[in-house]
Amino acid sequence: MNPSESQGEKNTLAKTRNLKRNTLPALTMAGPVTFWMLVFVLLPLLYVVFISFMRRDAFGGIDYHVTLSNYVEILQPVYLKVIWKSIKLALLTTVICILIGYPLAYYIARKPSKLAAKLLMLVMIPFWTNTLVRLYSINLMGQPNGFLNQFLLRAGLISKPLDILYSDGIVVVGLLISMLPFAILPLYASIEKLDKSYLEASSDLGARPAITFLRVTIPLTLPGIVAAVMLVFIPSLGMYYVPEALGGGKVMLIGSLIRNQFLVTKNWPFGASLSILLLLITLIMLWLYTRIAKLDDMEVF
Amino acid sequence: MNEIGEYIISLSNVDKYFGTNHVIQNFHLNVRQGEFLTLLGPSGCGKTTILRMIAGFEDSSGGTIRVQGERVEDKEAFERDVNTVFQSYALFPHMTVFDNIAYGLSVKKVPKSEIKERVKEMLELVQLMGFEGRKPAMMSGGQKQRVAIARALINRPKVLLLDEPLGALDLKLRKQMQIELKRLQKKLNITFIYVTHDQEEAMTMSDRIAVMNGGVLEQLDTPDQIYKHPKTKFVADFIGESNLFDGIAKPAESISAHMENGTIQKEFTVLTASGIFPLVQNVTEESCSVTKEPLDSGSGLPLTVCVRPEVMKYSKCPVEGFSLSGVIKNVIFVGSQYRSLIVMDNGYEVRVNRIKPDQTVSEGERVFLFWDLEDASCIFQRKEG
Repeated sequence: MNPSESQGEKNTLAKTRNLKRNTLPALTMAGPVTFWMLVFVLLPLLYVVFISFMRRDAFGGIDYHVTLSNYVEILQPVYLKVIWKSIKLALLTTVICILIGYPLAYYIARKPSKLAAKLLMLVMIPFWTNTLVRLYSINLMGQPNGFLNQFLLRAGLISKPLDILYSDGIVVVGLLISMLPFAILPLYASIEKLDKSYLEASSDLGARPAITFLRVTIPLTLPGIVAAVMLVFIPSLGMYYVPEALGGGKVMLIGSLIRNQFLVTKNWPFGASLSILLLLITLIMLWLYTRIAKLDDMEVF
Repeated sequence: MNEIGEYIISLSNVDKYFGTNHVIQNFHLNVRQGEFLTLLGPSGCGKTTILRMIAGFEDSSGGTIRVQGERVEDKEAFERDVNTVFQSYALFPHMTVFDNIAYGLSVKKVPKSEIKERVKEMLELVQLMGFEGRKPAMMSGGQKQRVAIARALINRPKVLLLDEPLGALDLKLRKQMQIELKRLQKKLNITFIYVTHDQEEAMTMSDRIAVMNGGVLEQLDTPDQIYKHPKTKFVADFIGESNLFDGIAKPAESISAHMENGTIQKEFTVLTASGIFPLVQNVTEESCSVTKEPLDSGSGLPLTVCVRPEVMKYSKCPVEGFSLSGVIKNVIFVGSQYRSLIVMDNGYEVRVNRIKPDQTVSEGERVFLFWDLEDASCIFQRKEG
């Protein structure tokens, strides 16, 4: 046997050993997920990208001709307005979620851990009820002859029923109700992790509570705030059943618009291009998130 | 100036309960301007609680706390003229070293140019020039420690509180930092109140040590006095090694009391379970009143005699007055000294430390213990009420 031959034999041996030691376990562990992601996420996504460059045919099907017209159509003022409004309402929802969620999360995080677990449970319980049931109950309450208007009328606070439903405001309320737990949980996680000695150190060095909050608490819980923003803003942007249930046909958001393209007007290519736009906005948000995370290389991450 | 005003920190009748747990009991402590005072005790003895009450992180349940004669119980931590070096350093992880050190000044709205100058001064003081831009995560334990000290000292506090600041450092660095802390304290002439459970650390650095146990102040004295004349059994046991003999002191039959500038030197015979030995005590009117019992009462006085291992001696033949004998169990060389363990006839183990090995005796041999009379210190049992 010459040396090179034995070398080759060693190599194959090493390869089989390698396969046994590394590749097989890796495949069994990551394989199913990879398969799942490929078949049920990547392929459909590629298909959506594909049809977003196609044309709609006369019968609501797909005409396989490459075109950019779907993307050009988005630039029409009527659609830009819908997109802008969606962003506006999602931002408003996010801001309110943080403003409500932060104090609540802070309050819970400062309680003893047993009580905190119970309080968190109280935050979660409404979330286990079907979202549509919750939204329609709000819808019922807000009807002109619904509970809220009747109550206000009887109390003599108003003389005729208020137009509660089918407004931007009620849609934001619906979004808030659906999204609040997504804000509270990451905020709680990061506030709970905040070491009390940082706050004591700040106070020790002469900072009043408000200064401590601005200069120590907020920066150190920033990861939680950013996570909460992402978790609220992205779903709020694409949410279609909330405006559907509370806004009626009056409040048109990008989510409803996409739904309509697929299910009502049967313009799949245009719906696909809107979906891609939504995806792009999300990706930009995620990119910003990683930028913020990278800029502050903090221990708390 | 009234009496309390002389002290920079003055605690009187301080109590603290956590729930029903009485963690600090009727605590008195007066700290002088410019002194290095250490609160020493085992973990859970309440030393950190005392520090946190002075800093303002913990409310006292009763009693008064004064800083420069002024009561501070109702003041928040940010209103008090004391600064703390935390056990975990608590450096703000999102700020650079510069911003960390500047924090106290910037929240007080000190002009930027002055902040810059004073931070530079502090960095020089703790020898961290050139580290301004670093984040705490990129520094070693010793460096973080220095930043924590600089961050506290830049505010020119009247008192610096240090909560086991060297606990996380390795032995060599700890020794180095001990010397450095002492140097800083002397140089700046700031009062340091230092919490530790490490008696060697306390001995090395302190002007005075307050030994605590179970929320009670056991003894407040200079390191020298604490070592040589422990006032309670706990102190004798906790500080250094000691051989303790519980017994009853009876005045010696030949009462050879003679006056020496106001004190009476009295001889006693102490009867213990391990044997009998003599004891000489300088008795003053004061010490008689402390024990609340006349020293020459017929029934004898219960006390504990403490003899440190390094002053304990033994010989092969009995020494006059002493009837303590035992068998050498073993001799261990620990680097700096030879430690012998001698088992008394009643089973009590006595430790004897020698710098040089003793060739004349071997393990298993019977020896007789004795000591120079002035090397023994005696602890009177504390009277309740």
